[in-house]
Amino acid sequence: MTINRTTGLSPLKARGDMLMDEPLIFERSSEGRPGVLPAAPDVPAVDARKFIPEKMLRDAIGGFPQVSEIDVVRHYTRLSQWNFGVDTGFYPLGSCTMKYNPKINEAAARLSGFSMLHPYAPEETAQGALQLMYELQEYLADISGMDAVTLQPSAGAHGELCGLLMIAAYFKGIGAMRHKIIIPDTAHGTNPASAHLAGFKVVPVKSEANGVLSAAAVEAAMDDDTAALMLTNPNTIGLFERNIKKIAAIVHKKGGLVYCDGANMNALMGLVKLGEIGVDVVQFNLHKTFSTPHGGGGPGSGPVGVKKSLEPLLPVPRIKKSGKKYSFAYDRPDSIGRMKAFYGNFSIMVRAYAYMRRMGKDGLKRASEIAILNANYIRERLKGHYQLAYDTPCMHESVFSDKLQQSNGVTTLDVAKRLIDYGYHPPTIYFPLVVHGSIMIEPTETETKETLDRFIDAMKAIAQEAKTSPELLKNAPASTRVGRVDETRAAREPILRWKPKTGI
Amino acid sequence: MEFPKDLKYTKEHEWVKLEGNVVVVGITDYAQDSLGDVVYVELPQEGVGVTKNESFGVVESVKAVSDLYSPVSGSVAEVNDAIVDNPEVINEDPYGDAWMIKVELSNAGELDDLMNADDYQKFIEEEK
Amino acid sequence: MPYIPHSEKEIREMLLAVGAASIEGLLSSMLPAGVRDKKGLKTLHEGISEQELSGALKGLAAKNSPAGELSCFLGAGAYNHYIPAAVDALISRSEFYTAYTPYQPEISQGTLQAIFEYQTLVCQLTAMDVSNASLYDGASAVAEAVLMARRITGRDKVYLSAALHPEYRETVRTYLKGAGDHVYDILFCTDKGTTLAGAVEKAVGDDPACLVIQHPNFFGSLEELEELAALIHRKKGLLIAVTNEGVSLGLLKPPGSSGVDIAVGDLQSFGNTIGFGGPYLGFMATRTEFIRQMPGRIIGQTVDKNGNRAFCLTFATREQHIRRERATSNICTNHGLCALAASIHLTSLGSAGLRELAALNVSKANYLKEKLSGVSGATPGFSSPVFNEFTIKLGGDVDLVLKGLLKKGVIAGVPLKRFYPQLANHLLVAATEMNSKDEIDRFSEELSKILT
Repeated sequence: MTINRTTGLSPLKARGDMLMDEPLIFERSSEGRPGVLPAAPDVPAVDARKFIPEKMLRDAIGGFPQVSEIDVVRHYTRLSQWNFGVDTGFYPLGSCTMKYNPKINEAAARLSGFSMLHPYAPEETAQGALQLMYELQEYLADISGMDAVTLQPSAGAHGELCGLLMIAAYFKGIGAMRHKIIIPDTAHGTNPASAHLAGFKVVPVKSEANGVLSAAAVEAAMDDDTAALMLTNPNTIGLFERNIKKIAAIVHKKGGLVYCDGANMNALMGLVKLGEIGVDVVQFNLHKTFSTPHGGGGPGSGPVGVKKSLEPLLPVPRIKKSGKKYSFAYDRPDSIGRMKAFYGNFSIMVRAYAYMRRMGKDGLKRASEIAILNANYIRERLKGHYQLAYDTPCMHESVFSDKLQQSNGVTTLDVAKRLIDYGYHPPTIYFPLVVHGSIMIEPTETETKETLDRFIDAMKAIAQEAKTSPELLKNAPASTRVGRVDETRAAREPILRWKPKTGI
Repeated sequence: MEFPKDLKYTKEHEWVKLEGNVVVVGITDYAQDSLGDVVYVELPQEGVGVTKNESFGVVESVKAVSDLYSPVSGSVAEVNDAIVDNPEVINEDPYGDAWMIKVELSNAGELDDLMNADDYQKFIEEEK
Repeated sequence: MPYIPHSEKEIREMLLAVGAASIEGLLSSMLPAGVRDKKGLKTLHEGISEQELSGALKGLAAKNSPAGELSCFLGAGAYNHYIPAAVDALISRSEFYTAYTPYQPEISQGTLQAIFEYQTLVCQLTAMDVSNASLYDGASAVAEAVLMARRITGRDKVYLSAALHPEYRETVRTYLKGAGDHVYDILFCTDKGTTLAGAVEKAVGDDPACLVIQHPNFFGSLEELEELAALIHRKKGLLIAVTNEGVSLGLLKPPGSSGVDIAVGDLQSFGNTIGFGGPYLGFMATRTEFIRQMPGRIIGQTVDKNGNRAFCLTFATREQHIRRERATSNICTNHGLCALAASIHLTSLGSAGLRELAALNVSKANYLKEKLSGVSGATPGFSSPVFNEFTIKLGGDVDLVLKGLLKKGVIAGVPLKRFYPQLANHLLVAATEMNSKDEIDRFSEELSKILT
């Protein structure tokens, strides 16, 4: 992106649509304005009061929008223009794998054979859907080296909970319940939250000065009341846990299991099979590794893979294949039960399946290799301009900090906000917690070298600005419709919904 | 940053002021500064027991949560409900209007474990 | 390779910049030899072109017989409604669907304002004070509500009406495995198909955390929420009401006006296709006093540094990324795009459209009920009033009847024996605006032929 020399701002500033005001949809409402009305009844229209006692009925909803179709379309079109997505520009949000979301996936998910299929449709009318799910399970098992996969969980966190509940059920099943889960300090906050929800006590373990977990630290923390070690590999610093085999052996020797948060699997496809290096349970994030869109915060999908010993515990139903026929199997006495109604986020599965077929085995491996190359390219070229948290090659993401900028009173937040003015979505900031003022950059494999070069130039320009004109950073972003937002006021004087001016 | 001489301090950044057999408890200037804008505070009810070094409440900024640890054991004699509605007072007047609870001491000896202003100041210099 | 834009020349330049001789060399500096996979991927084949992929997917989709191709009278927590074309057009704007959680409010005002509006719409539909930014689905929303009620009351015991969706009940039980079970079912009345206050009174002890009632319930029957609310409040427990047919909220007295403490369920009915079970739209709304115990993201209105209205994530200290193991839930994201779809559908309908749609559903279902009840060998399963779903009891073998109807292109309903052995001859049937009068008439004619 070219930078305007006089203002120091990107051309985004000139786009009126980014700045134009748009009221709330409720404020666009006009009494009596019709929207998209339903069809006239072709059956005898009856007064609902004939069937439903009046005391069970409600009055008209006060303040509910009354807008026309074009009001709705313009409203949401305008709102969309205030957003930044992967299609808008480079989105190096670390640990979120914001890769390109192929359009063919969207078209596939919208095929009426998928989208209009009822979850309780007779199995003989849903063979295509069942086949897709069955094959997707096989692909995921293959990529991760696991023996069986469930597609049911709705998101990564949901998958974590599912995996941990299976671990609890495993120990209960063998008549030797265990109560602790070891979690490294680099872990995402969801890991301890999921462990707690699954009924475990969290035992934190510190990573070494080189950013990875040592076998000795796990050895010291591991005891016979510890159900599992829950780690992320590559970890949230973007480093491969190179002691994993030794660590897994220690955990297994004391009867524990190894859970791997698969959030960072984009670095491993075709390179490392987690099941072959000691992992017993892993959750996938289809919305990260397998290109399904993030949707402004979901829906995602969080399948879970397990080793044979845990297979009977998987949620119901399982998908069975006999001959060419697919069916659901519900009779699974040892199953943990259900994580949700029905079978999972099917339309997300369709997208991930489409991606995997399109990429093929070599394509997936290449994706991981190039994701790693892109991350290292950024790491190497920004080194010296920003402080590297760990000066070693990284996997799919690298972590910097604001240490070099501190003397100018500039923080990670300022750098992030200034990046917006240069036309980029900021990286993940202030996570992982083990690095003070962290800036976590994950480019993914779908970005060109030119995109990375321009981003690197922008980051360097910002590092320069931090020295010469820090106020540019402090006041950033200057190119967006709203400036920095008062989050303190949002918390102290909560307004969590719109209300009509007079009563309700 | 201010650390009044007539107060005693804990490593968890609470201050204590002795008023007869009752102590007043709050958080220090350093604590409020590290937290940033305080948006929420949760305090115990009057009459409940508190134990030295155990949590008696929670204070939150937009992006951080901190437990409040009781410097002494005893029972809660009075609670400053005003700061629950106006938590910004904790940033504005940490040693005055933003006192949190008054505790009736059950073991006056516990006061001996607390730091004086100079020691506390040294302590936070080291912590930085 | 698809979606990977690098030329060989660029790869060489980049390798040079990072000081590695080859990609293999870069990898081996990080991955010990012992961890590398040597067998390769076995189930996946070579990649295929987009055209081939498109053909393969259409082939798979064609192996299914979706609603529309067949006459589908299935509901049971997944409702087929007409979705205005504007919904898909707008959620297909990639600024919405390729963005992530609005961590950077300055470039996420679209998502933030849209969710703020969604929260408002949920509050209006339910007549509750506050809503979160959505949850995964109705079943997991109930589980979260139950955990929330336990935190609020400090009590363990959870009572679920047996007329709550069986898969929702199963989900609650799974979620509560880690938190100590204490989950009890309350029998429904086999005449009315509802949860009677007497049965609740008998089953619930002195210290309930909550009572969970679906309304309309799994059988489509309308429950007496107010009476049940009064009862559970006398025992200082909370009432959780579950709605998984959102359209009913256009006509039925909302949970907030019936004494409900936490309203949850699924709003799939608005803007989200039945799509073989997901993704759907879990919702949760509650009273202001309980907000700090509510799980999930919440959007708040505030101002930017220039004093202009702006929106941001708020009350984040409840959440996992800050409170870690002490968070209200482990949930990170929501079903934002599903919430957006629902908002667009709801605002397109508007207040009059929503009411008309709900009334239309009542007309359709009651017409179907009347027709089927007129078939000899078929009688209504329960006597209570319904919204757009109900049960019928068949004289013949349910499986045979269903098979026969399927041959005629009718997916007649969900056989209830799968969930309730005592309802061996009951079929759960729904009708929405998507079921035409012709379809309904044909259904009853074919049923009549099979039963006689």
